[in-house]
Parts: sequence; C-alpha cells; structure tokens
Amino acid sequence: MAVLRSALDTTTEEFRHNRAVQLDAIAALDAELETVVAGGGERHLARHRERGKLPVRERVELLLDPDSPFLELSALAGWGSEHTVGASVLTGIGAVSGVECMVIGHDPTVRGGAMNPYSLRKTLRALEIARLNRLPVVNLVESGGADLPSQSELFVPGGRIFHELTELSSLGIPTVALVFGNATAGGAYVPGMCDHAVLVDGGAKVFLGGPPLVKMATGEDADDEALGGAEMHSRVSGLSDHFAADEPDAIRIGRAIVARFNWRKRGPGPSYPPAPPRYDPEEILGLLPPASKIPFDPREVLARVVDGSEFDEYKQLYGTSLVTGWASVHGYPVGVLANHRGVLFGEEAKKATEFILLANQTDTPLVFLQNTTGYMVGESYEQGGIIKDGAKMINAVTNSTVPHLTINMASSFGAGNYGMSGRAFDPRFMFAWPSAKLAVMGAAQLAGVLSIVGRASAAAQGKPYDEAADAARTAAIEAQIERESHAFPITGRLYDDGVVDPRDTRTVLGMSLSAVHNQTIEGRRGYGVFRM
Amino acid sequence: MIRTLLVANRGEIASRVQRTAHRLGIATVAVFSDADADAGFVRDADQAVRLPGTAPADTYLRADLVIAAALATGADAVHPGYGFLSENAGFARDCADAGLVFVGPSPESIAAMGSKVEAKALMEAAGVPVLPGVTLGPETDLAAAGQRIGFPLLVKAAYGGGGRGMRVVGDPAALADAVDSARREAAGAFGDGLVFLERYLVDPRHVEVQILGDGHGAVVHLFERECSIQRRHQKIVEECPSPAVSAALRAELGAAAVAAGKAIGYTGAGTVEFVLAGSEFFFLEVNTRLQVEHPVTELVTGLDLVEQQLRIAEGAPLGPEVRDATITGHAIEARLYAEDVTAEGYLPATGTLHRFDVPGEVRVDSGVGTGSVVSPHYDPMLAKVIAHAPTRAAAARALARSLAGAALHGVTTNRDLLVGILREPGFLAGDTDTGFLVRRDPVALGAGTLSGDGRRHAAAAALAAQAAHRRDARVLGGMPSGWRNVGGAFQQVGYRLGERALPVAYRFRRDGLDLRVDGEPLAVTPVSVTPDAVVLEFDGIRRTYRVHRAAEVSYVDGPDGSVALHEEPRFADPNAATHAGSLLAPMPGSVVRVYAAAGDEVAAGQPLVVLEAMKMEHTIAAPGDGVLGELRVAPGDQVDTGQVLAVVGESGS
Repeated sequence: MAVLRSALDTTTEEFRHNRAVQLDAIAALDAELETVVAGGGERHLARHRERGKLPVRERVELLLDPDSPFLELSALAGWGSEHTVGASVLTGIGAVSGVECMVIGHDPTVRGGAMNPYSLRKTLRALEIARLNRLPVVNLVESGGADLPSQSELFVPGGRIFHELTELSSLGIPTVALVFGNATAGGAYVPGMCDHAVLVDGGAKVFLGGPPLVKMATGEDADDEALGGAEMHSRVSGLSDHFAADEPDAIRIGRAIVARFNWRKRGPGPSYPPAPPRYDPEEILGLLPPASKIPFDPREVLARVVDGSEFDEYKQLYGTSLVTGWASVHGYPVGVLANHRGVLFGEEAKKATEFILLANQTDTPLVFLQNTTGYMVGESYEQGGIIKDGAKMINAVTNSTVPHLTINMASSFGAGNYGMSGRAFDPRFMFAWPSAKLAVMGAAQLAGVLSIVGRASAAAQGKPYDEAADAARTAAIEAQIERESHAFPITGRLYDDGVVDPRDTRTVLGMSLSAVHNQTIEGRRGYGVFRM
Repeated sequence: MIRTLLVANRGEIASRVQRTAHRLGIATVAVFSDADADAGFVRDADQAVRLPGTAPADTYLRADLVIAAALATGADAVHPGYGFLSENAGFARDCADAGLVFVGPSPESIAAMGSKVEAKALMEAAGVPVLPGVTLGPETDLAAAGQRIGFPLLVKAAYGGGGRGMRVVGDPAALADAVDSARREAAGAFGDGLVFLERYLVDPRHVEVQILGDGHGAVVHLFERECSIQRRHQKIVEECPSPAVSAALRAELGAAAVAAGKAIGYTGAGTVEFVLAGSEFFFLEVNTRLQVEHPVTELVTGLDLVEQQLRIAEGAPLGPEVRDATITGHAIEARLYAEDVTAEGYLPATGTLHRFDVPGEVRVDSGVGTGSVVSPHYDPMLAKVIAHAPTRAAAARALARSLAGAALHGVTTNRDLLVGILREPGFLAGDTDTGFLVRRDPVALGAGTLSGDGRRHAAAAALAAQAAHRRDARVLGGMPSGWRNVGGAFQQVGYRLGERALPVAYRFRRDGLDLRVDGEPLAVTPVSVTPDAVVLEFDGIRRTYRVHRAAEVSYVDGPDGSVALHEEPRFADPNAATHAGSLLAPMPGSVVRVYAAAGDEVAAGQPLVVLEAMKMEHTIAAPGDGVLGELRVAPGDQVDTGQVLAVVGESGS
C-alpha cells in the first residue's frame, strides 16, 4: 500500500487565508442549517409541545440508537423558493435497533407538516435511496397532507410516494409508519401502504375524509376518533398493528419492529478496525483555494479522507489532470476519480473509462471528487476526437453498476459534471462542499458567450451594437448565473443530497458506503476491460 | 492427627478455616443451607453436605445433622467457627460422643462461661477484676452499698432482662427512689422484686484479650484487641494493640486473662472480654471460640490462630512461637456490612454483588465474591478488611484508602461510614470508646467520601456507556460518536443518585465535548474513554473513574468517591402501564360467570367475567388496579365481539 505524503505547509499565510474563506462558507452553511433545525419557529414549536407532542427532531433522536450517527439528507431542500427551507420534512439515514434505516419524518411545526413540491421531491429522493440501497424505511407521520394551493404541482407526481412504498415492500425492503398525528386523505395511505403501522392514542388521525368532508359528502356526523383514531384502527379497522400509549411508546414499538426484521446486509462488511488518515481532516480547509479558478491537488484531500492515507494510484503518469486509484474509507474499498487540473482531455477521459471498467470487474464502489471545468475545447481537441473520448467516459459512468458516490469539492461545470457522475448519472449519493459551484459553465464564460453571440447577431443584421446595454446585460447575467451556481440553490433544488462540511467528508463517505452495502455490490460484466 | 475437618459454619469464617486446613494438608467438609448452595465455601470444600432449608434453626444450628454429615463424610474433627454451634456445650459433648474431635474448649468450660452470673462469680473467685456489685437483701444498708460501689451505678433486676427493672443512678440522693421503683417494676414484670447494684461505666472502652490454652495446663495470652467502635452493640472496627493500653496495663490485662483461662482449665482459643475505663478494667465475659476479629491478632503476632486451634485439638503443647509471641506493628480490621446507614438506623441490605473487589495491600477475609447473592437469612457481614502497618496511623490510612477504592457493586454497604471513622480525627487520636458512634452522626461521618456531588461520576457513567454503545454497534460503529451533519442534538441519559435526578446531556463537537449535568455545563475534558474506565480532567485535575454496568445501574468508583447511578429507561416499560378502561368481549359467546360487582375494588389480573364460546372458557381480567365502575353483563347474556363487558376506572375516581 502506498502512503500519500502531504506537501501541504500549514504555516503559510495562504493556508490561513484559505482556511478563513472556508470557515466563512461553513458559517453561512451552519446559519442556513440552524433555520432548518428551528423548523416552524418558537411559537409553533411551543404550541406543538403544549399538545404533549415531540418535535420531529426529538422523535428522530429517540428512534435512533443511542450515540449512533445520523446522516441527514437534502437538509436545505426548498432553499431559495417561497417555501420554508427544509421543506417541512426531515430525511436521513441512521441506525435503528442496529439496522440502517431511511428515516422520513414530517415536521408538523411547518405549516402542519403539509407537503409542498420540495417536500415531495425530498421524500421521493429518500425513498429512491432506500430502494436503490435496500434501506428499511421508518416514516414518522404527522402531516396535514398536500399544501393545497400548490396541488397542481403535487397531485400527479405525489402518487409516486405510494408507488415507492409498495414497491419497497415488494422488494422485501420493510416499511414502517409511526403515526403521531394527522395522516389524512393521501397521507392516510402512508400507514396504509407500509408493512407495519403504529398509531398513537389520542394523536393519530388516519382517515380519507375528516368530519367536515364527511359531513359535506354524506351528511353523516362523525368525530375524529371514530373516523380515524388509534383505538378504532387498532380494534376495528385493523389498519393499525400496534396501539401506542403515547409518542415515546410508538417509538419504542417502532424500534422493536425494526429489531425483528432479521435484517442482513447484502454487501460485504468493512475490514475493521480501519486506520484513520495520517493527516488531520481539519487541514482540508487550508488547502482549498479561495477561487475555483485555482486548481489543487486532490491527493492532499485524499490524504485526509482515506484509511491510513493509503492510496494506490492507477496510471499516475497518464492523463494527469485526473487522479485515479484505489483506497478504502472506513474499511470499505473504493476506486477514486478526482479532478486535478479541472480540464478533462482525451487522455483523462480514456483513463477514467478504463478505471471505471476495472472497478466494475472487482465490484468496487467508486468515489468521484469533482473539481472540473469540463472537457477541453478547441480545434485540435475536436479533431482529436474529444467528443468520442468524453462519450466513452460518459458511457462507462452510465453503465457502471457499482455504487457511485459523488462529491463536488469546488466546481462542476459542463459535461464534466456528467462524466464525473453528476446527478443525471444516478450516483447513490451526491454531496457538495459549501463553496462549490455547479452550472453548465462558469458565470463569466456564460455571460461572455451570450455577449459574443449577441454581437455576432447584430453584425449579421447590420445593426449597431449597444455596448452599454451589452455591458449591463452581461453583468446581470453573470450575477444571475453566479447566484444560481452556488451550492445552496443547487441543493435547494435537490440536485444533490446535501451540502456538507469538508472536514466531515470521511464520515459522510463512510456512512454512505455503509448504506450502499445494504445492497449487493455488483459491477457490470459482459465485455472485458477495453484498453482505450 | 486430623485428616478431615468438617467446618460447621458458613460464609467468611468457613472459608477462613478451610484456608488453613488446606494449607496444613487437612481435607475439609462443608455443610450448607439451600441459600448457600452456590457459596464459595461450598465450592472450595473437598466434600459438602446439604442441610435442607434456609433458617439457621433448620440448618446450621442442627447439631444432629452436622454430626451425621461428619460421620457420613469420614470427618474426624469439627470446627464450629463462631456463632451457630460454637458455644454450645451440648454440641461439643455430642461430638465427643460421636468420636469426633471438637476444635474448641471442653464442654465444661463452655458451660461454665455460658452463664453470666456463674462466670462472674467464678472469675471474682479467681482474682479477676469484676464490676463491683451487691445484691440488695432486706438488711442491706443501701447508702453504704452505693458508696462502696461508686456512682454512677446500675440498679438491675436479678431475674430480669430487656432493660426492665433497670435504672442508671448518678446521684446518691436518688438511689433509694430508683431502687424502690426498680423493685416494683421487677416484681410486676418478673414476679420477683430482687434487685442488685452494679458499678456503671459510661462509654468505656471494649478491650479483650486473646488466650490460648493447651491440654497440658499451659495458658498464654496473645495481647489485647480494642473493639470499642460499635454500632448497635456490634463491633465494626477492631485493632491490635489498643491505643489505650500501656505495656504495664497490657501485662495486667494479660495476667488477668490467663488467670481467667486457668480458672476454668481452658483449652483452645478463647477471648476474655473486659471493659476499660482509664486504667481500671473489669471482666465482662469469656468467648469460648475464635472471634470475628481474630485477624488483627494474627497480623501483629504472625501466628495463624486456626492452625493453633487445630494443633491444640490434636493434643500438641503450645509451641515457642506462641509462648514467645510479640507485637509487630499495628493492625486494624473493618467489618464491611451489607447495610444502609441512615438517620433512622442501620438497615440490613440485600441484593446481588455484581462486583466485589477490594484493592490494596490488605487482608480480605470474605465470604462473598463477584456474583454472590446477599440473602436476608444470615448475618449481613460481607467481609473483613484488615490492614497491617508499622504504626496505627499508617494502618488506618491504608485501610481507609483500600475501602474507599473498593468496588462494592449491587449491595448497599457501610463502606462510607468505615472510611469516615478511619479518617476521623478522634479515631486517629486513639480517642475511642463504645459511645464513639452514639456521639457522632453516622450519616454525616460517611458523607465525606463523595466529593463533587456525583456530577463527575454521572458524566463518567454516561461517557462509558457511550463507549460501550459504540463498541457494540452492529452498524456504523466506526463513525464518530453521535455524529450529526445538521444541528447538534444532545445525547441524553437520565440517572438517579439516591433520590436525586442527575440527567446527563452531551455531544461531541469539533472543538471538544459539550456536557451538561442536571442542566448545568460541566467543564470536563475526556482524556480517555472506554466502556470500563473514563479518565476525566476537571479544573486541571485528572481522575480515573472505573465504571461497571449491571442491568440499569452504573457503578462508578473514582478517587473522589463511589456511587451507584440508576439509569432511567429511555422508554417506559409497557408492562408497567395499567390500562384502565373498557373491557371488551374478545369473541362472541355467552357469559357464564361474573366474579365482581360494580363498585368493587379490583386488582390487576383479577378475573371479572368468564365467557364461553365454542366450548372454551375465556376469562376477562382486570387490566389494572382500580374500581369496577360498570358491569354491563350478567350470567346467561349473549355478547358480540367488541361489546363492552365492564369498565374499570381509577381508584377514588
């Protein structure tokens, strides 16, 4: 095993400056996450507690095994939209009775836990992760249903939740609903579709139509309890498998249900105990340049992420803008593809293709560390077949069946995003660091391209070109693209699974790897490894 | 020569006797009650005989069963230990009749010392100082008798007991009245108004002398033991030599004890007990057996008293090591009891000893070990811990540190009191008498052991449990403890220390541990954390806490004290919840019997209604304690599934 030797000087002014810039970016992230944790705010929280109910985060804490970690996903869903950041639902992966579960919990302090388009996307993403990785699902249900004003965006795709839940069941992936409060209309199908349902006495209200709707529809007078109370569903309808005395009791029952799953992970276990990196992950902050224009050596990052800082490089001297090699994280073997100098040339694309094929031969999960400005452009590159080389890489990424874990460290532009297993290529998990950018191209380049195209169009029509207007438009476009390519709006649209502190990268990868190993790890076979 | 020795006792003394017997090459036989079936002394014996039952009267006091056991196992000698049959002349005689060597004095010596009045007369005749007294006949000059005895004195009923007809008189002028009232009370209570006067010593010291006599007429003494520290008239701290006994007094005491022994032709090991006030001492009684506190004598003389008992029983004369014995250093013994020292008194405690470990350079004579069950059937003494050092102060210091550091998990003990005594200035000054614990508050005396309110202990317990959780995690065990990428939720553990709640909340942050006890931050830095030991730095001081969990209790032993922390369960036990409410018919059927009426108090599990369906009888029982509010059915009624049969409400509602 080759051990990475860091060349990082932690005493320089540059290091201190880099670190300060990153700490600012992390502080901005933490500020956003704080608002997510606050949920619906003090007033709603107090009212919720007055009803004897636990906030969703306390439900989750009680559900999880003591002292176990929890990887929250899509925390900033809805960022930049008119909806509350976090989208009134909490999703994440944690250990329940020794089983890694996908936990999906409504936050009833945010508009009664009502579902908006971002809540829907967040929930569907969580269910997709559960399906792809075989993670049992525990739903902590208390939602007023759809946010009715946005029904046009919700109603049709919303059915997918029930599709996913019942498909999970058909795949042998257990689903549990712990119902603490409202689960009305569509929401009623969550306990209805889950393998196991637990209803809390006095809290759970599970019905297709509540008293007002029943009155409207049939003229019948009926109360909440008779229509959908825990006792009724436990004794009469049988929708509820377990009658919980109170919220903690429901969580206790939920933990007992999971404990009896007889759950066995299908993937191999980690080699244990893993050696920590030889370099301090804290130093990652000081090695990241303040601007995405400046490249950095991803080996310095790997030295602070992978087990024992051990990294066996593949084709070290070929296609050197992309670093490839073998390592392990928390005892799980991985193949790593990491951008070094941003641009992907033909050699890098071919090297990546071969490496991905090799990983599929050995059933080794792949980690993509993105810092790319895209594939090289220009006459000689086009003539050299850069499109064909890029296509090889994208083909390999698409058809690779080992789990992909992608982290956008600094930049993810153009087709480089695709080749480096961006969102459209179904990485099992995808995260970004707080100062990372993602767009079709850099803001300045995009604005410049538009300016050139505009100028050419004016010239073709023989019109005079308004330089002042162009400058203003270019500046506006550049600002817009800069804004949109920031990590927060990207994650807000669910284009990744969350923004993470770079110092947590090893833990995030470790938890993701452990999660994907609930599923069989099996590479694509059929052809041999093509030597490109 | 004794080849096989039956030890007619249990617990620590049985183990103690076995130890010497085995060292000398003597095989041992244990007898055991059902409660002691798994005890160490049973395991260690070469053979063991069950005495069915648990009560002493059915087991260890059954001379016939013990002798039968000895004969059945081929034992040729019986060692009675202390208590039980040890001072039973009849048993000693039965042993002899059965051809067994009784390791102890003759039945005659035992009988002679068994009667207090007879013993006192015998000793007075032999020249042993006894408490001056006079029986008050009709002719006695009361004032003169009182003057002769001295004040304060005790007026006692001659045929009484239990403190009735007893008066302490300090003032000569009050004597006549006291005698009159004592006579009346004695006459009323015992049918005989005869009373006597005896010198009364206020809080004397209890000093006793170890003697050994052989069958060849030699009796020697092995110096004194002071056993003044007593609670409820039971010794709990004993030492040799006594801080109050000078060489000259020692010679006097020794001579008196030897005279006492010779007066009754004593053979074997015995103890002559005295009360000591200043340099005056008076005979109390002779214990014709090995004393609980014999190890302090062993440690300062280097002799094995059990070995001496066995040699004497085999007929050997006392050896030079006994005749020329000297005192080297100082030994102190503390008796560890399973008991709760409270303001109300000393309450025996029971339970399972999840861990028993006494560290340090001390002798531990113990009848229990890790895993032992302390039952309510016998004396609650767990062990004797004895320190031997060149000086008294050094012995007290070593003993206190050893006890303070002991792991005594699962059973409440008097450890804190013992440590408090051993570190008390009065004790260290040698200022000990039988009123020592009466003049002090035992609870306060034992309270000094724990410093820091147990908050650091609670922190250590929570961190150790945390380490155990991480170690035992089936998945994600390698991840940072309690890691969160959003928010920083605290891990919560609810502990209870006695009546006090000590909830601990903690989270590991990038910049260190954030820990709160009972809502207040506690600035501890974890230096190392494992499931069994936690090193915490607090205010610049590092302390190691050993943590041991058994069921829901965390036992934490640190240099600043030991605590047992009860963990509140994360989830309420569903079986503990009483679901008062409606009782529904589980299936259609007919009511065949009704056991209660509306308004009855009912207890959980009490049958209320019996239904017959498909030839099966189904009993509907009360789900919890309460009042039967309604009974809606009568025998013969047909009921449907889900029909309400009865409603149980809360009591008083």
